[in-house]
Amino acid sequence: MIKLYNYELSANCYKQRLFLSILGLDYEAVTIEFFPGMEHKSEAFLEINPLGHIPVLDDDGFMVRDAHAILIYLAARYDPSGRWYPTSDPELLAKTAQWLLFCEGTTSTASAARLHDSLHYDFDIDAVRAGAHRLFRVADEHLWFAEQEGYDWLVPTDHPTIADLALFPDVILSEEGGVSRQDYPALHRWTDRVKRIDGFTPMPGVFFAAPARA
Amino acid sequence: MARVASPCTDPVVLDMWHPISAAAEIKPGRVHTTRLLGSPVSYTLDGDGQPVVWRADPALRPGMPVDAARITERLPVIDRFCFIWTSYGDPPDRLFSIPEFDESDRRTFAAASIGVHTSAPRAVENFLDMGHFPYVHTGILGVEPHTEVVEYDVDITEDNEVLATRCLFYQPLAALAATKGQMTEYTYRVPHPYVAMLYKTAPPDPSRLDAIAIFVQAVTEEQIVAHNFLCMVDHTNTDSELKIFQQKIFGQDKPIIENQMPRRLPLAPRAETPIRADKSSITYRRWLSDLGITYGVVPEAA
Repeated sequence: MIKLYNYELSANCYKQRLFLSILGLDYEAVTIEFFPGMEHKSEAFLEINPLGHIPVLDDDGFMVRDAHAILIYLAARYDPSGRWYPTSDPELLAKTAQWLLFCEGTTSTASAARLHDSLHYDFDIDAVRAGAHRLFRVADEHLWFAEQEGYDWLVPTDHPTIADLALFPDVILSEEGGVSRQDYPALHRWTDRVKRIDGFTPMPGVFFAAPARA
Repeated sequence: MARVASPCTDPVVLDMWHPISAAAEIKPGRVHTTRLLGSPVSYTLDGDGQPVVWRADPALRPGMPVDAARITERLPVIDRFCFIWTSYGDPPDRLFSIPEFDESDRRTFAAASIGVHTSAPRAVENFLDMGHFPYVHTGILGVEPHTEVVEYDVDITEDNEVLATRCLFYQPLAALAATKGQMTEYTYRVPHPYVAMLYKTAPPDPSRLDAIAIFVQAVTEEQIVAHNFLCMVDHTNTDSELKIFQQKIFGQDKPIIENQMPRRLPLAPRAETPIRADKSSITYRRWLSDLGITYGVVPEAA
């Protein structure tokens, strides 16, 4: 049985819950009280992850930590189509890796702004918001051009990749950190497409897409 | 923007008690700083574990050690219902009462203090609303097609509190301790302009009521910290499980209240069109007007 150590309100943990739901995999969610209990820094949890952060995945004794590493593992192990993490195509694989790394940037900017505003973390709020806008601008332009070429997703292929799931939470929750998405129409259209992926599941602060117009 | 973040001058609000921190989250002998009504305040626990609150001094930065005995210019403080409360003015002798808090078998604790981009009255008003349950808390506090808010009563009590009673709603998972859907009866109370409470049937013992509250800290007119307080009849779930359940519910409300514009609550009767289900909101807005509150609201034009 897959076990996911996670926290309900965490954007980084949502990525795994989303992918597990899309893959239709059963799993046990083990709640770590990130706030206010700081359980991820407790001695008991440091035995599970000495870095003291969540999420951590335990698949029948195989342990893997870090949000994006878990996505890679789940795709490689449980997606026989090979489309979520396209290892067989060097160019698509490189682009997927590139956007996964891009998401490390949104974690330290958009996600940090949300932690600052909601959970009182001590960040330079103006700097992290500006950083988030810089990255959102890049993603918005990229998606606008992708749409012109007939692509719906970050990586130029006809199927979403784990990079889309890795970016989605920081974008869709950005307004909780005071980062408006008003100026990023292509990014907005892309969030609606992610919400329509089969098996999509929300988290607190995220809603299902409105029903598609006939 | 300047008006929103500038220090509060509303005399009614300055004289109220305001929550600033869960008592359990304060490190003794260390400086903690937060913002209240547009101004920074600092607090700590002294050698006897008693809270001490003062107007923030730039020389005493958050996290620094501090000898509370040397803080002479103090603000009023009380430690009540798991939280520390202070005031910039001349607050009443006592805070409102929560009789259930003193029942010995209750589980009482601070569930989480969460920052939200809204005004204190908007957060209180949302807490009083049942109409959103099926749409925002789908599968937990409500579910379609059970969307009707049936007629309920709202009064101002002798103690000058807003009280809504006979509020009935169908809930698939009314509390973590619930095992099946039930018609849940709610009572809502606004015992303080920035505090909303609800009482609802406790699934493990239907003769008793769980009590849940948000104590709202107005950071500015349009930025708050919602301090979630639980007083539960539940002997099965851990504190952590109960906290996370409450955080999940609150996390679902958050984008809804953050998207209500203007962020300050309009008090003019026709500013936002109410429906029958909004009876408690109408009473709350009128009550704020009668109290003369101007902070965090758009007052009715004179």
